[in-house]
Amino acid sequence: MKKRHSAFIIAALAASSMLSGCGGDTSSSDSSDGSSSKTAAVRFLNFKPEIATAYEEIVKIYNKETGNTVIVETAANNTYEQTLSAKMATSEAPTIFQVNGPRGYANWRDYCADLTDTELYKHLTDKSSALTYDGKCFGIPYTVEGYGIIYNKEITDRYFALENRSSAVESMEDIDSFEDLRSVVEDMQANKDLIGIKGVFACTSLKPGDDWRWQTHLANIPIYYEFNRNGIDLTGDATKEITFEFSDNYKNIFDLYINNSTVDRKLLGSKITDESMAEFALGECAMVQNGNWAWSQINGISGNTVTAENIKYLPIYTGIDGEEDQGLCIGTENFFCINSKADESLQKAAADFLFWLYSSDSGKEYVTNSLGFIAPFDTFADAERPDDPLTREVIEWTQAEDKVNIPWNFTLFPSQTFKEDFGAALLQYAQGSIDWDSVKETVVSSWKTESSHLE
Amino acid sequence: MKKYFPLFVLPTLIAFTAAFVIPFIMGIYLSFNRFTTVENAKWTGFDNYVRAFGSSDFMNALGFTVLFTIVSVVTVNIFAFLIAMALTKALRGTNIFRTIFFMPNLIGGIVLGYIWNLIINGVLAYFGVDISYSAKYGFWGLVILTNWQLIGYMMVIYIAGLQNIPKDLNEAAEIDGATSGQILRHVTVPMLMPSITICTFLTLTNSFKLFDQNLALTAGAPARKTSMLALDIYNTFYGRAGWQGVGQAKAVIFFVIVALIAFAQLRFTGSKEVES
Repeated sequence: MKKRHSAFIIAALAASSMLSGCGGDTSSSDSSDGSSSKTAAVRFLNFKPEIATAYEEIVKIYNKETGNTVIVETAANNTYEQTLSAKMATSEAPTIFQVNGPRGYANWRDYCADLTDTELYKHLTDKSSALTYDGKCFGIPYTVEGYGIIYNKEITDRYFALENRSSAVESMEDIDSFEDLRSVVEDMQANKDLIGIKGVFACTSLKPGDDWRWQTHLANIPIYYEFNRNGIDLTGDATKEITFEFSDNYKNIFDLYINNSTVDRKLLGSKITDESMAEFALGECAMVQNGNWAWSQINGISGNTVTAENIKYLPIYTGIDGEEDQGLCIGTENFFCINSKADESLQKAAADFLFWLYSSDSGKEYVTNSLGFIAPFDTFADAERPDDPLTREVIEWTQAEDKVNIPWNFTLFPSQTFKEDFGAALLQYAQGSIDWDSVKETVVSSWKTESSHLE
Repeated sequence: MKKYFPLFVLPTLIAFTAAFVIPFIMGIYLSFNRFTTVENAKWTGFDNYVRAFGSSDFMNALGFTVLFTIVSVVTVNIFAFLIAMALTKALRGTNIFRTIFFMPNLIGGIVLGYIWNLIINGVLAYFGVDISYSAKYGFWGLVILTNWQLIGYMMVIYIAGLQNIPKDLNEAAEIDGATSGQILRHVTVPMLMPSITICTFLTLTNSFKLFDQNLALTAGAPARKTSMLALDIYNTFYGRAGWQGVGQAKAVIFFVIVALIAFAQLRFTGSKEVES
């Protein structure tokens, strides 16, 4: 009797623990108006949760103006690939989705329709920025973003006003090489109490999952130079192996970040991006590496002391020959794709919606002011640009004739696992448990392993 | 009554088939394929399994998980049993203590992971490091966290078991001159075997399948050394283009291991159960 009893309890408990184990992790919101959800409609799987409500408004306006229905669904933060894989296999597969570049395209190739004949592609300013294979376009970039070292001019001015500076540099505008940057940063760090900051750089957030600013964005620079200086064909198989030729340059800037920071380098493993943005917003540090998307974050922190006119960009100098002309890292990892397995009519409707969004007056209004995109299409006049200070700076840098902006080659990084491996090695290096040679080795070998199974 | 049997069992059967049997079979099938979504699978035979066993991450995760499981099964059950013994004595406030010990179980794994991440980092900060500094910290952090979470639940099962032991057995043993140690070994523990079976089964499978706590506390840092099997499978599946099949293969291997261990454990402890 007892025995059977316990077996029964075990079965019940096992079942209940299985049930509690699976919980939904995607927040999606349908914005269909009742009746239309029954018929097939264009479904758009949005990547950016922060602008989900703006898209909801857009599809309402679109419905009002054209009578067509688009359903926007949003993947929760960092779950886009999961959500996409799950939804693609259902009868409610997205018609419009996005990939993050060549690697994302390779993964979703079976689902990417040819977009060469779409109006949106025809109006793309820089055709080379699209995902093109054999003369056919499969992904259209829809926004351009830029990152570099963001600095608070109010704080750097305080430094340049000091009498006993040891750096020869006279102002932030004069910095055009790593050596200049280092002399200013190290002297600032030495005088941090006089300037009233905790450190020059905001903490280098190396918590796994929050290390993308280093293993992706910063890593873009040496990898770009490696491909660029060796004349590597970015669409070919030559990108499947790297030597990390400019690893010393990476080390230069990384050392500068972690040694002249608000936080001791051994404690970086639990720091997250939000913390470093908060430090910057509160004026506890002078500089932080990030992109134009960070303005809303900085501005949204209560007690923010950074004013719009004092927030500026500096290119990320790493000590590479000829870097005096280097600009910001400007590019995109957001490419619209249309599901080739959807009905022809739906594919057409999807392309129409996208073109409407980027060409009609009401659509453009939303793109510029609600979505905050720098749209890379010739349908936009110069005046139709977002109004936040960092985005304005990015536009200025794209227009600076004498500067060479660095494209986003990190879209060629073989996988998320590679990035995580890199980030983990960086953390161990910062903590002092491995030396730089091991970091370099990890980068080279992980790149190779992760590339070996790409198609 | 018997002829209505299919009718009553049908809803459950449909739910069970749709939510468990079909995905399970599809999962096994997909582990032999290369795929992006479940629709575009291409047969690759045992390739995924070769790659799964060939990856050092998976082997590390397996070793870490086994070690972690052994340590936490032993510690959780010992502590839960001791607390249950203490709280079945005629002391004041035992009900309050039972409630308090049980409460951590009601908090979700992710929240617990973040809370303990803060606590452990706060302590380690005095030594100038944090939990990501060494795999040892992550390991013991996970053990502490699991203990804290599971002890209360196991304690409740043990208390129920202890209260079920007829008083006359203890009294008879006492009259026969048994010491309290002998009573514990020859009366209490044998009578408690059903509870022990359940508790070891639960701690074993829970520790083996641990995911949210692992993700929130260490996320594998440093360098995947503290990734357990579930987290490794998750990372393989979602973190690498072209590795979805390998993740699936790892999941099948994981299932086989969990099933074997649970089965062996139930046979073993079950054979020690006695009828009263």
